[in-house]
Amino acid sequence: MRLVGSPGAWLVWGAVAFFLVNLFGLVLAVVVNSFSVQWFGTWWPNGLTTDYYASAWQDLGLLDVLVVTGQVALAVVALSVLIGVPTAYALARRNFPGKRLVTVLFLLPILLPPMTYGIPLATVLYKFDLAGSVAGVIVANLVPSVPFVVLTMTPFIEQIDPRIEAAARMCGARTLSVFTRVLAPLLVPGILAASILVLVRTVGMFELTFLTAGPGSQTLVVSLYESMFSAGIRAQQAVDAVAVIYTGSMLVLLVIALRFVNPTQLVTRLKEPAP
Amino acid sequence: MTAPTTAPPVSPPGERPPGIAHRLAERGIDRVLLLLVPGVVFVVVLFAYPVLYGLQLSFQPEEGGGPFANYERFFGDPYLRDTIWITLRLAVPAALFNVLASIPIAYRMRGAFRGKRVLTTILVVPITLGTVLTAQGLISYLGPAGWFNKILIGIGLTDEPVRLVNNYWGVLFSLIITGFPFAFLLTLSYLSGIDPTLEQAAATLGADRRRRFRHITFPLLAPGLAITFCLTFVLAFSVFPSAYLVGLPQGETRVISIVAYESAFRDTDYPLGSAIAMVMALVMLVVVGLVLVWRSTMYRGATGGKG
Repeated sequence: MRLVGSPGAWLVWGAVAFFLVNLFGLVLAVVVNSFSVQWFGTWWPNGLTTDYYASAWQDLGLLDVLVVTGQVALAVVALSVLIGVPTAYALARRNFPGKRLVTVLFLLPILLPPMTYGIPLATVLYKFDLAGSVAGVIVANLVPSVPFVVLTMTPFIEQIDPRIEAAARMCGARTLSVFTRVLAPLLVPGILAASILVLVRTVGMFELTFLTAGPGSQTLVVSLYESMFSAGIRAQQAVDAVAVIYTGSMLVLLVIALRFVNPTQLVTRLKEPAP
Repeated sequence: MTAPTTAPPVSPPGERPPGIAHRLAERGIDRVLLLLVPGVVFVVVLFAYPVLYGLQLSFQPEEGGGPFANYERFFGDPYLRDTIWITLRLAVPAALFNVLASIPIAYRMRGAFRGKRVLTTILVVPITLGTVLTAQGLISYLGPAGWFNKILIGIGLTDEPVRLVNNYWGVLFSLIITGFPFAFLLTLSYLSGIDPTLEQAAATLGADRRRRFRHITFPLLAPGLAITFCLTFVLAFSVFPSAYLVGLPQGETRVISIVAYESAFRDTDYPLGSAIAMVMALVMLVVVGLVLVWRSTMYRGATGGKG
């Protein structure tokens, strides 16, 4: 990056800086408000306190919400890896008639926004009395997560040389030991990356959880939305405190995720299945 | 009728013809495909079946009438029908802005420089904010008593606070904040997939910066931009929580997801809700289809890079 650039460069970096400054102000406003005693119409609140965190923690039952969020996220990660990785393996290693159809079937839930298939899905889940429970929320969140694991793992498995498996078989390994001794160690980095991305997506997934959750099965995003939607019942600061807790946990997850995944490479790899 | 040409494929004397499993395996069908079963069953049961069920349900109106009664009701009632335009009016500008703004930024960032990873990370962070936090932030920051309006008044740009939330602009800002990082990441990865030596070759032949972009980079980038536009458009078209929280859900920003949600779960008219969800998917497919048709007229060969 040269320090003295063309006017165009200045304009671009200026716009980026403007965007980031406003974004920073936006986040800071929420954080400051969550710590403020009272903040109305002035530049800075007239006193800082952590009382609202305590009250938000108690009034909204945040501990329960966090436990539910953790349960849902971990269950979704584990199940989508269990279902997705074998599928990705078959898609990566075999060419069979109808492979394109299967690929499209796995692409659609990612490309379509959750709102479109979420409404029919929630209707079906209500019909089978699954909606409103933690199990229903997990099932709904699996719908975009399994295809996501399949689509990220397929290119990853493709780059593992099939001759390694053939060599293991030549040396007399059975299917089980080919899997546990040869494939699994090679797959771990890919599975880890996919799991973390699924975790981030699930914790942040609003629509599907919102459509299927009932009292007692809300995740953090949904209870944040509910507390905002019923604003006026409780102090704005308490709502902001929930928002800060949510962003904080998302940021921690993102920092962990970025240690394992390079975002630009991920998209480049994802680009290939697109027509 | 003993012509040797019609005999079954070469089976050397003394050996039986290859079994069915062998022949299937040659076409790629063997036991490995059993691994597909859980995944495919899952997608069919939890994705394809609900969508088809919803489609079928949308033709069974609750209040009687022909199979198309729900669709007639949607297109006959201006209060419902206009949500399509309201949503398009939000989604198209937001998607266009996100794509167009990410081109120059990604163009400046395609080379390697110090701090590139940090800057990329900072630009990607808004993805984690999520729509709900963004809405909350917009209300406190852009609201009449927020810092943004205070600064505007402080430097004398305006005398009264500018109204930026609880209307069209609030939702548009929220769509830009959540959609831009995504568009930027995609554009950056498409751009880094273009071989830089192509541009250097053009420079050797005397093309200036503008012509290099216009005649070399842009045509190679355009198909990727079309995909980026489609994905950001689809995200923006299904805007839901922010239309409630920073918009005017009964007026200016009564988007199509709101009416779909309200009919299905507030009025428990699942058939009408499903019908609206189908209309929503259809409008998206039409827009995406148009963009993809336009894309098919563009250059689609190799870009020579690592992408």
